[in-house]
Amino acid sequence: MQQHTISVLVNDQPGVLTRVATLFGQRGFNIDSITVGGTEEQGLSRMIISTGGDDRQINQLMKQLHKLIDVISVTNLSENPFVSRELALIKVTASPSQLAELNGIVEPFRAAIVDVGPSSLIVQVTGDTEKIDALLVLLQSYGVIELTRTGAVAMARSIVPATAAATV
Amino acid sequence: MSVEMAELQKKNGIPPIQFGEEVSGAETLLRCLILEQVEYIFGYPGGAVLPIYDSLYGSYFKHILTRHEQGAIHAADGYARATGKPGVCIATSGPGATNLVTGIATAQMDSVPLVCITGNVAQSLIGTDAFQEANITGITIPITKHSYFVRDIRDLPRIVKEAFHIATTGRPGPVLIDIPKDVANAKAPFTYPDKVEIRGYRASLVPSDEEVQGFVKAVSEAKRPVILAGGGIIAAQAEKELRDFAEKTRIPVINTFMGLGGFSGTHELSLAMPGMHGNYTANQALLNADCVIGLGARFDDRITMGRTKEFAPKARIVHVDIDPAELGKNVETAVTVAGDVKSTLAKAIPLAKACDSEAWISQLKEWQEQYPYKYKKDGDVLKPQAVIELLYNSTDGEAIVTTDVGQHQMWTAQYYKFKHPRSFISSGGLGTMGFGFPAAIGAQIAHPDRTVISVVGDGGFQMTNQELAIVSQYNIPVKVAIVNNQCLGMVRQWQELFYDNRYSQIDLTCSPDFVKLAEAYGVKGLRASTPEEAEAVWAEALAHDGPVVVDFRVAQEENVYPMVASGNTLDQMELGDD
Repeated sequence: MQQHTISVLVNDQPGVLTRVATLFGQRGFNIDSITVGGTEEQGLSRMIISTGGDDRQINQLMKQLHKLIDVISVTNLSENPFVSRELALIKVTASPSQLAELNGIVEPFRAAIVDVGPSSLIVQVTGDTEKIDALLVLLQSYGVIELTRTGAVAMARSIVPATAAATV
Repeated sequence: MSVEMAELQKKNGIPPIQFGEEVSGAETLLRCLILEQVEYIFGYPGGAVLPIYDSLYGSYFKHILTRHEQGAIHAADGYARATGKPGVCIATSGPGATNLVTGIATAQMDSVPLVCITGNVAQSLIGTDAFQEANITGITIPITKHSYFVRDIRDLPRIVKEAFHIATTGRPGPVLIDIPKDVANAKAPFTYPDKVEIRGYRASLVPSDEEVQGFVKAVSEAKRPVILAGGGIIAAQAEKELRDFAEKTRIPVINTFMGLGGFSGTHELSLAMPGMHGNYTANQALLNADCVIGLGARFDDRITMGRTKEFAPKARIVHVDIDPAELGKNVETAVTVAGDVKSTLAKAIPLAKACDSEAWISQLKEWQEQYPYKYKKDGDVLKPQAVIELLYNSTDGEAIVTTDVGQHQMWTAQYYKFKHPRSFISSGGLGTMGFGFPAAIGAQIAHPDRTVISVVGDGGFQMTNQELAIVSQYNIPVKVAIVNNQCLGMVRQWQELFYDNRYSQIDLTCSPDFVKLAEAYGVKGLRASTPEEAEAVWAEALAHDGPVVVDFRVAQEENVYPMVASGNTLDQMELGDD
């Protein structure tokens, strides 16, 4: 089973997320992550959905998504080079005295410590999934109290014209 | 308003519509329905739709007051299937709306154009668990083609216009419009858009010349081709194109259950129905074909038996469907055309030529003669198959027949040879008991001069038999033929075959006396228990100018054959004991 990143342009209206999520459930697909936000055009939202499946399954999923009236276009970003980023906030057990030590760990990741408390601090990191996973491994030895991740936002790379990306 | 619309209104006696006049949301809705050329509304009032019913009072519309919302939506569905026009039903909020759910799912599975209008509580109460509040748009997301919750009266005309467009174009389906009471009561100047613009929605798909050439090439190379013609033939009104194509290419046609009537069952190239209760020849055709051409058919598991690898094992599958998501969904295909069947065939016919299929056709004819649908006659015992044969012979196959779900449904599909599209109306995809009788009411309203027969089981009929009130009240001359074996026959058959004769909860001997039940509603009731009685009683029923319920008491132990048991493949077919 391959991981796919699907970009879905939808009407920005109440209930549209429910329709998309319901379709996944109804057709037996799993959503690994989903992000929704504004786009370059008012009235439209873009959903970036990470899901798994073989080519046949993903093809079917994209066709089913396209049947939804509120869906404007569906693109499988994984078919071409694309940029993908997510944001994570990681609360780690640490005292202020460990700040310098932790800074040394997060810096190579271009992450930042954004909150310091008496016994814990919060690391903010952006990047692709692997990078965040890698930082997490390092921070786990300190003890991760809480973790929250956004899921991927993604976009086709400029070298591939957007119109050339496979769309349904 | 366009000139055509003004003329149409004049011709049909539709009241003139003043644009720009300040009217309520309820009145706006009704004006939109008039402009969509709706004639009949099936519905049931309640608190949240009172503004709409108030506007209906004394209006142009013919409203059919059913006795249950399920009756209303199945009747609207029957009307839509019998005409091809969208069916319209109205229900109130909460329980009224949820009572539509089975009917919406039925229409969705069989791609039937419906516009379902529900009332809801005022927006100030939405989300408070108010009296008779239900999130019906949320409940019906998986079973509608699309749905709307109207927040502002100014959106209502656009929404109604879009709803009818979506319901009737592309692959048809049900669309729900939920109107909260404050929107129905609000006022705004009346407008109606000329055009629909829905970004991202492809209403029609005309295939490219290249696609059609690829289709024709794949078909013309075949020596043992067979067409699998589904409900899409009927939805696209492509019966003439199908006949011309089949005759020109000399390709035999299998009608799926949903496709019955899309190609005449009496045509020399007709192989009738395949699948679980299909006939030997149709299934052998699929097993031995070198090319299966699916036209508006979705390769349902009652045909493939869910064993898609073993389905049509020697064939390349060519698939034409208006819904691109159906292509490659259930079976692997060699050639696909995402397009409407009618325009695909219209483009293909001039390019097509006859296949080298005469040896194949002779082989199929041989099988047909050797293995027809058959049952054992048994003296004075009335066999259910004989009832269907009687219905067929007495109407020369010209009636509109609706059914419920179960054994009687399969016998109807087997023994009534449907010649015309929209003459067989049955819940294929969802398998909805209680569908047949109200659907017959809708079909009869659409075609007052045709014979409409509702073949029902004693089980299914009891799910919606309260609609006898409707046929009585409006004198709708539906002939109800109850194939009464005093049990849930199809369940009994499965219990006999797969559950060691453990007949759990199928006994319906304590049903009402259906003749008296009919009479209680002021409807003529008749009964027959032998073949002789059946003939006499049925002749009386057909001659009666009004609704009739005929209780055919048939042999209880009869099973539907042929049968491919669940889990088996089409070559593992039981032909029955005779």
